[in-house]
Amino acid sequence: MNVQDFLISPGEACKRSGPHDKIVLSSRVRLARNLKGAPFPGHAKKAERVKSLDVLLPAVSGLPQLAPKPFAEPLDKLSAQDKQILVERHLISREHAAKGAGSGLVLNAEESFCIMVNEEDHLRMQALRPGLQLKQAWLALDGLDSALQERVEFAFHTQYGYLTACPTNLGTGIRVSAMLHLPGLVLAEQINQIIQAVNKLGLAVRGLYGEGTEALGNIFQVSNQQTLGESESEIVERLNKVLLQVIEHEENARLSQIEKKPKVLLNHIGRAYGILAHAHSISSKETMNLLSLLRLGVDLNLFADLPKALVDELFLLSQPAHLQLRVPDKLDAEQRDSLRADMLRERLRSVQPPDAGKLGAKAE
Amino acid sequence: MQCQVCKKSPATVHLTQIIENQVKKVDLCEACAKEKGVNDPTGFSLADLLLGLGASQKMEEANTATGAEVVCKHCGFTQADFKKSGRLGCSECYHVFADGLDALLKGMHKGTHHRGKVPPSVRKVVNQEARLAKLEAALKAAIAKEDFETAATLRDEIKQAKKALQSA
Ligand SMILES: [Zn+2]
Ligand SMILES: [Zn+2]
Repeated sequence: MNVQDFLISPGEACKRSGPHDKIVLSSRVRLARNLKGAPFPGHAKKAERVKSLDVLLPAVSGLPQLAPKPFAEPLDKLSAQDKQILVERHLISREHAAKGAGSGLVLNAEESFCIMVNEEDHLRMQALRPGLQLKQAWLALDGLDSALQERVEFAFHTQYGYLTACPTNLGTGIRVSAMLHLPGLVLAEQINQIIQAVNKLGLAVRGLYGEGTEALGNIFQVSNQQTLGESESEIVERLNKVLLQVIEHEENARLSQIEKKPKVLLNHIGRAYGILAHAHSISSKETMNLLSLLRLGVDLNLFADLPKALVDELFLLSQPAHLQLRVPDKLDAEQRDSLRADMLRERLRSVQPPDAGKLGAKAE
Repeated sequence: MQCQVCKKSPATVHLTQIIENQVKKVDLCEACAKEKGVNDPTGFSLADLLLGLGASQKMEEANTATGAEVVCKHCGFTQADFKKSGRLGCSECYHVFADGLDALLKGMHKGTHHRGKVPPSVRKVVNQEARLAKLEAALKAAIAKEDFETAATLRDEIKQAKKALQSA
């Protein structure tokens, strides 16, 4: 089966909702695991990688947690475009997308579990949830991991815990992360302070899109860096606490912008709407930044007929591989910018401009 | 400022992170940042970078103190391989390169001992060890009370428990 037929459509995928999803787009927990005795994928010969894949693909895809009928295929069955789509959906890493024979993917129908086989480790298992649901994601993944451990034996060391290719993942092998939309803190120019404060707690913050430290679309990812010396639930709990504080800071930043600089805020959101709904050529970078402002406008109830799910869908549909799906011939950058603008105009055609009078009105 | 990886191009990407009250800084050029996955939110961790840049030195010093280069017999991985990739070759490598590992992990993690989830097979052993210790304590107490009948039963149970532990 083609992975693109298996995937939930962008429109449906973006309708999923969760706690605090005005600010927290999604939660993710990842566990790194390796087979006992087999060389790690990065050091394994192709035949050895194929051998571990042959053990893991059936073992994982048969887990009751993934029923019914997960997508389970070796990566050489996927086209470059398929893999790029999966990256843009945040289901696999770019590193994994670069792999072929000897690596694989298992994804359940709900897209709440996605397991990469032979990425940097034999297994990179992920549980994904909309909104802030780190604990739920951890519990779900813990269950899946335990069920899998009845079928295969993982490399484990009494002092170091679960053994991973890179010592940075040693111990629990856990990476807990959340994707945050923080336009308020960016507009209030408080974002750097927040990033520094979060860094001091041993957590990493980075922009989800964009080069270097730039964060396009005001979307940031916060995650733990340390995996050894603390239990999984302690790590989950610590990140959760920090995120609740970041959410509070973002909410306060939005409120103070409404109070102190309503004109500036309305100007940003009105221009974002104007350009997105009327441009004939628009770069990916500009699109992301303007969609962020549009999403902020939705959160502030400025739009009568614009659902948040549509804005989130446009984030996805504006990505290069998703745009390429619309046409058979390979797009160059210029054509992509023009196609992106066409798509945005079409999807925003019936959306009314923001209503400035609604600013500051209590949300229902 | 020069890129710390290629030592050629000027550094334009600057990263700072505080781990255990130590400020760690990395300066990279655009190309190296990209290659190291700094732009990939799912793949990058600063510790990874630091590891490739110098932390492996500690391990190297410890492991080459004996003179000969250390090689993992199981997978053929060498110290030089680790320095190059910042990754190990197989689970056995953790025993082979153990000497410098604690120093390396100290700068990287909260602690050097795992405190999380344990596989069921290991949990079984831990439970059996706990049971054995309990039985041995009970035996001591029985002997002290000169309750030889109980002591005999306990000895049998200890024998069984030891056997089970060996087969696990
Ligand atoms: Zn460089
Ligand atoms: Zn090895």
